Amino acid sequence: MGWFFKTFNYSVGKKLLMALTGFFLILFLFVHLFGNTFLYLGPDAFNGYVHLLNETNLVYIIRVMEVILALGFAFHIWDGVRLWLQNRKARPIKYYIKATDPKSTWTSRNMIYSALIIFVFLVIHLRNFWYEFKYGSIKQTGATDYDIVVKTFQDPIYMIIYVVSMVFLFLHLHHGFQSAFQTLGLNHKKYTPFIVWAGRIIAIFLSAGFASFPIYFFFFYGGN
Amino acid sequence: MSSKKLNLTLKVWRQPGPNAKGEFKTYYAKNISSDASFLEMLDIVNEELEAKGEEPIAYEHDCREGICGTCGMVINGRPHGPLQGITTCQLHMRHFKDGDVIYIEPFRARAFPVIKDLIVDRSAFDKIIQAGGFISVNTGSAPEANSIPVKKENADLAMDAAACIGCGACVAACPNASAMLFVSAKVSHLALLPQGLPEREIRVQRMVAKMDELGFGNCSNIGACEAECPKEIKITNIARLNREFYRAKFLSNVEE
Ligand code: HEM
Ligand code: SF4
Ligand code: FES
Repeated sequence: MGWFFKTFNYSVGKKLLMALTGFFLILFLFVHLFGNTFLYLGPDAFNGYVHLLNETNLVYIIRVMEVILALGFAFHIWDGVRLWLQNRKARPIKYYIKATDPKSTWTSRNMIYSALIIFVFLVIHLRNFWYEFKYGSIKQTGATDYDIVVKTFQDPIYMIIYVVSMVFLFLHLHHGFQSAFQTLGLNHKKYTPFIVWAGRIIAIFLSAGFASFPIYFFFFYGGN
Repeated sequence: MSSKKLNLTLKVWRQPGPNAKGEFKTYYAKNISSDASFLEMLDIVNEELEAKGEEPIAYEHDCREGICGTCGMVINGRPHGPLQGITTCQLHMRHFKDGDVIYIEPFRARAFPVIKDLIVDRSAFDKIIQAGGFISVNTGSAPEANSIPVKKENADLAMDAAACIGCGACVAACPNASAMLFVSAKVSHLALLPQGLPEREIRVQRMVAKMDELGFGNCSNIGACEAECPKEIKITNIARLNREFYRAKFLSNVEE
């Protein structure tokens, strides 16, 4: 199996890993967004959903999924940073005049920047919810998971951090979705224009979907 | 169209040798006909420099008709200048305005080190070709061209890919200095034709390995290469290269 692992150390193999983990993360975002919609059904629905995932037998599947998800992120981030470092090294002397061609997109040229903001967001987000739900001191006061969400989003700073981060998620997926198809070798005269547009719609759907929660709780749920 | 006379300020990268420190130097190109080509304009400037006993600007050129691919340079930040689908030798001065300031730099990539001024060493491309961009046949009299049928669609796609002149503008344009467009053109051209099939699996693996080894960057699917390629090679070739690579790695017996 040596050949298998070596494949992912070639430039094309590294991009394959990027595309596969990228698609996996997009899939996760859909599941995550679905779960979040329980917030709109009220405290009982949301707390019940969190309870279902964590306090019933489902928890074993969830723990395994969590590990796979963490690995998905870890490989995507590690591979992305490694690609970026190599790409920088490939042009040690920059051009004096920084002109860009008339065709390539801004999002494609700035993936690492949208990525870094998503990464910082990820750390904040895990601290806000994953850590609080599990080990947070606020739990001792009898606050439910739903209360933690409401309380976080009532803070204008967090509301803004979450909404702005979703803009960068949009930018990442604006290029990322269709790019992953190209990486997999799926560029087709008939389907590619559709994939590009589907990717933009999915990017808007996911980022706007996630951003709707902080906006909703801040403006309509006692935010000040 | 009547020709006009242009006066231009050139900021040209001057570097005496591979390890010497380079810098931009300013030159004035006076009374240049708008009918002149960009290279003719440089020739006029060089004649003046020589008359003054100064070292002329070193740049590469050969065919001057857009087919050899040697005349690479970066003009105002764009490989082969501001127009699409042409080489520097096909660029004419009518696309510039009187009084313009023009920056001229060499292609920038770790795999293309500067030899002198605007000349870079592109032998990395030769090494990629030597790694697999060929077919092995016994020489002899040319076989009858129509003895092996080729589907029209494949013939067209192979012909489009074979239009690559190996100029390196794709590397120069790519923010990652990736050679994927060039390599994909060569891989595609041979993978689409029956003559390329016997070495199909080994070729793509060796060419990608060589490309990586020579220090080119990775492809981020940005598409700057396609936009700047004088032969308008499409990035659909890069998708084909990816397919060829996965096919060779995961589905064939050929281990490289
Ligand atoms: C939910 C989060 C994320 C999703 C859904 C996602 C998705 C994607 C997708 C689909 C691609 C395109 C892959 C390709 O071109 O084949 C991509 C590229 C990339 N991602 Fe992410 N990503 C996420 C987070 C991150 C993070 C946190 C980083 C941190 C370093 C990152 C770094 C990158 C980089 C650098 C690229 C460009 C790779 C290249 O083409 O050179 N991503 N991402
Ligand atoms: S793909 Fe285009 S830009 Fe790249 S070497 Fe070939 S002709 Fe030049
Ligand atoms: S000199 Fe041959 S392509 Fe320009």
